Amino acid sequence: MGKIKEIQAADIAQTVARLCQEANFFLGEDVVAALLRPDEESEVARQVLDQLLENARIAAAEHVPLCQDCGTAVVFLDLGQEVHISGGDLYTAVAEGVKIGYEEGYLRKSMVEQPFSARINTKDNTPPVIHTRIVPGEELKITVAPKGGGSENMSRFTALKPAQGRQGIIEFVVNAVDEAGSNPCPPVIVGVGIGGTAEMTMALAKVALLREVGKPSPDAEVAELEDTILRRVNALGIGPQGFGGRTTALAVHVETFPSHIASLPVAVNLQCHASRHREAVL
Amino acid sequence: MALCIRLPLHGEVIEKLRAGDQVRLNGIIYAARDAAHKRLVEALDRGGKPPFEIEGQTIYYMGPSPARPGKVIGSAGPTTSGRMDAYAPRLMAIGLKGMIGKGARSQEVKDAMRRYKAVYFAAIGGAGALISKSIKKAEVIAYDDLGAEALRRLEVEDFPATVINDIYGGDLYEEGKAKYSITLKSPTRVLASRISPEAIISGIPASGMRTTSMISSASGASGTGSSSVAR
Repeated sequence: MGKIKEIQAADIAQTVARLCQEANFFLGEDVVAALLRPDEESEVARQVLDQLLENARIAAAEHVPLCQDCGTAVVFLDLGQEVHISGGDLYTAVAEGVKIGYEEGYLRKSMVEQPFSARINTKDNTPPVIHTRIVPGEELKITVAPKGGGSENMSRFTALKPAQGRQGIIEFVVNAVDEAGSNPCPPVIVGVGIGGTAEMTMALAKVALLREVGKPSPDAEVAELEDTILRRVNALGIGPQGFGGRTTALAVHVETFPSHIASLPVAVNLQCHASRHREAVL
Repeated sequence: MALCIRLPLHGEVIEKLRAGDQVRLNGIIYAARDAAHKRLVEALDRGGKPPFEIEGQTIYYMGPSPARPGKVIGSAGPTTSGRMDAYAPRLMAIGLKGMIGKGARSQEVKDAMRRYKAVYFAAIGGAGALISKSIKKAEVIAYDDLGAEALRRLEVEDFPATVINDIYGGDLYEEGKAKYSITLKSPTRVLASRISPEAIISGIPASGMRTTSMISSASGASGTGSSSVAR
């Protein structure tokens, strides 16, 4: 038995509140680096990329959101099994943090209740979408990854036949980016999940977006697949904002999990250039 | 170079615009997205009057983040226009001349643009902080209960946009893609960095950036005439 670590719910709320704001104000260094060195021939496209960089500079300087769509607050929790939460329950604390962060940061509240009918804004951007993993240790790692609606709406899932294999995956992913066109505010980061069951495949595609932009998978075979898909996507010609150009995607990140003998599920989750995620460890 | 346009749009200006033109808009635009469009069209269906005279106007598909104290508006970039496709032809039929958003429109909307002589512009998606600089006044004029989705009247100066669909059937999304679509063979060429990532992250102004010079050079021609175009 390891020793039990106490973490106060109030500290969790404060941390989440801070991360919501930081994620919305500060573009990651990895994304900035990717925007600075594109293989881009189009003058118009280069102007767009420069505007995105200037946007990031203004957002950081003035603490104004990178994008007015401050997203659904997606929160990943890696909860060490030796941790005990005191002074409240974990999910309430996370939701409270979202509420505080979106209010204090002048972030847009974009969540509506009764999604297929009344669609009434909850006015505080709650509820967050929370993914929790219980892990060894005595720490709580919190990752806040606000996700905009425009790119999320371009998500795709398919259950391929195993015989369709690698080529089937490439065609499906490239087609998903092609169909999305200018909607998800390219240049995008393409998150791909392969394997698992339907809900897990989708979650893998989302988790893939948390990786440092352009860092290849540690698995050589997967990294090679990422590279192939990226080349295909950037040959589509969609370009920044869909105005035409070479920089349709900054990166393709693939995460995999074993699958059933009958299955080859594939999911695509697109992320606009405002790839917002911040983490903290308590 | 960008065309400076004084709003409201009218026939002569609209006829000059071509897909791919970069413009700077000056004057009044109305911000409305999904929920406001639903209410606008429901009001029209009931035979009611819309909260503003739509004839000749331009609608920006946008729901801003809240303004900090002392600021005009928060982040204010475009939302995906396709969700407004269901409503747009109806509004063009009563005189809407301009739409600003991002993303492709349906064939029905494109047909309506040709029929009613209206133009669709794209603003830079994901550049809401930058775009907010060109919004000089913002006022909620209806549907206040919708929060970010309320109907707003905006006064803009040198608002940067690109013509996507003109009245002649031109479509930048199709033309741009066709121009750069390739079959794979050429090796990747990497351009040298023009600015350090650290400068962007820490918010240090970068005077040498193309964006800054492009916007400032267009601003000199603004504010002339009641409806002017200057190359």
